[in-house]
Amino acid sequence: MLKRTDYLTKNYGKPDGWTLAAYEAGGGYRGVRKALMMSPGAVVEETKKAHIRGRGGAGFDCGMKWSFMPKPSDKPHYLVVNADEGEPGTFKDRTIMEQNPHALIEGCIIGCYAMGAHTCYIYVRDELHLSKERLWAAIEEAKAKGYLGQRPFGKTYEVNIFVHTGAGAYICGEETALLNSLEGKRGQPRLKPPFPAQSGAFGMPTTVNNVETLAIVPTVFQLGGDAFSKLSALHHLNDGGTRLFGVSGHVKKPGVYECAVGLTLRELIFDLGGGVLDDRPLLGVVPGGSSCPVHLPDEIVNIPGERFEAYNGKCILDIPLGVDTFRGAGSMLGTCCAIVMSDAVDPVLALQNLMHFYRDESCGQCTPCREGCGWLERVVNKIVAGEGTMAELDQFHEIATNITGSTICAFGDGAAQPALAFIRRYRKNFEDYINNGAATQTRSLSL
Amino acid sequence: MAFALSDERIKEFAEILSRYPNKMAACIPVLHLCQEANDNWVSDEVTEYVAEKLELSAAHVKGVATFYSLFNREKPGKHQVWVCRTLSCALRGSEGIISHCEKRLGIKMGDTTPDGKITLRTAECLAACGTAPAMQVNKEYHENLTPESVDAVLDKLLAD
Ligand SMILES: Cc1cc2nc3c(=O)[nH]c(=O)nc-3n(C[C@H](O)[C@H](O)[C@H](O)COP(=O)(O)O)c2cc1C
Ligand code: FES
Repeated sequence: MLKRTDYLTKNYGKPDGWTLAAYEAGGGYRGVRKALMMSPGAVVEETKKAHIRGRGGAGFDCGMKWSFMPKPSDKPHYLVVNADEGEPGTFKDRTIMEQNPHALIEGCIIGCYAMGAHTCYIYVRDELHLSKERLWAAIEEAKAKGYLGQRPFGKTYEVNIFVHTGAGAYICGEETALLNSLEGKRGQPRLKPPFPAQSGAFGMPTTVNNVETLAIVPTVFQLGGDAFSKLSALHHLNDGGTRLFGVSGHVKKPGVYECAVGLTLRELIFDLGGGVLDDRPLLGVVPGGSSCPVHLPDEIVNIPGERFEAYNGKCILDIPLGVDTFRGAGSMLGTCCAIVMSDAVDPVLALQNLMHFYRDESCGQCTPCREGCGWLERVVNKIVAGEGTMAELDQFHEIATNITGSTICAFGDGAAQPALAFIRRYRKNFEDYINNGAATQTRSLSL
Repeated sequence: MAFALSDERIKEFAEILSRYPNKMAACIPVLHLCQEANDNWVSDEVTEYVAEKLELSAAHVKGVATFYSLFNREKPGKHQVWVCRTLSCALRGSEGIISHCEKRLGIKMGDTTPDGKITLRTAECLAACGTAPAMQVNKEYHENLTPESVDAVLDKLLAD
């Protein structure tokens, strides 16, 4: 279902579209006024009705996560925004911070109020200097208006927001690594439990949410949770509302498009993305950031469970992009930013590119990930050089399988998943390198 | 000479500290502040200074400074250029952009031009995949790169 919306994107591309004046002219800061008239518990309940599935990749229900926070006590509570956007292929949060920062600020005020937090940190990766600048400016504007500080909108409930910065480490997007980094430590993930809601930032109850998750919350309070959820074609699967869909790689019109949940990959690639460059055939598509499996354009899905019957027997490109639809299909929705590859692409080189990334970014804490990611890259490098063997191709499979599920955080699975998916779907290409040598391979990554 | 922040930057330092419930949390922002004040690199003098200011062990600060790729442990060129090499950019020709930069500057990725003007490096996904290929120059992004647009940027840096 292709239904474009503009709750987050109406001011994108407009001159001064990121200012408070532009935001309010478009109806901004109305949702928070409504929320602050409700009790914090009612705010959480309303958010639950919206069925916002976490936009950071794991798809956990936002209102549900908020409800895990303990009752207010003398301990400070924290809201931490994950603005580390580093998952290859993902570029949606940056557009919000640069072009609609007040939506995030408004969402943070509502989130703080709902969860008993008075302090919010927005953890932005260092590279995004313009995002940081726009966020600080938005905070200053909101403070000057009395929307932030001791009495936001006249309500006796202090909220302060600070921008915090990383220093170049993909792993800091993982929420517990992010918390360590926020605390001034090396960005290594923590063992769970305890979960952040029990012991998060500075050992205090904390919720970590993605930028887009929070930025859409004001819309929920403008429309009402249920009405927001029903915008989605997957409302019945508790996957509600609207979201940002990205598409990059070999499409004519790469970019970020805001639509109701329920869009299909075919609509994203061909209707919004304008089709494949040079009208070439599709080789494959990675649905939501590089840690998701790659799919062939003609894969048929078969999702167990009655709820999914309507989708069975359909092509993966034609089922709605949802957290549970894609999980059920053996895939992952991730960040909902697709990477498109035309038939000009050599999938062996594409995997080599990704394995370099994971080897480079493994934080080194867990042995299976640290050693495994290095090993995966070495094997694929050997295959690309024409020096690989069939035994090594099988070994590659084994290494990836052994990383899966054996590490503290999901980074390891995120590296193993593309590794396994590429060799399963493009095994012949890998075998060709092994049997015929590198010299016979003429394809590349770009057109 | 021992490293120290200027009076103006000390004010910024105090403002940073005020954001957090403890001093350790200021570690990364303060390292950034000091790196900027120290020709864009974090020397041992800098880590010792930060450790003292934040009442942390020098080992802790060094451990942090070496974990994150954007803290330079050696002095880089006057300008820093990072070209994204990850998949979405590679699909749109970043390999060509990388070799173009290397040829134009006569250095390899990871190196600094002999005149100390430019340090050239690759980056992993910069969250600019929809406008690939992309690169970061100091604090600015340049997107939808072509060899011509890259030349225009590099020429400016070399002339500076
Ligand atoms: C290796 C790794 C990297 C991640 N990177 C990000 C990221 O850059 N941004 C993000 O929001 N979530 C990222 N996540 C997911 C977070 O751990 C967490 O689930 C998310 O911030 C929760 O927010 P949400 O519930 O609003 O989606 C990453 C997870 C892993 C395992
Ligand atoms: S892959 Fe280059 S910006 Fe994402």
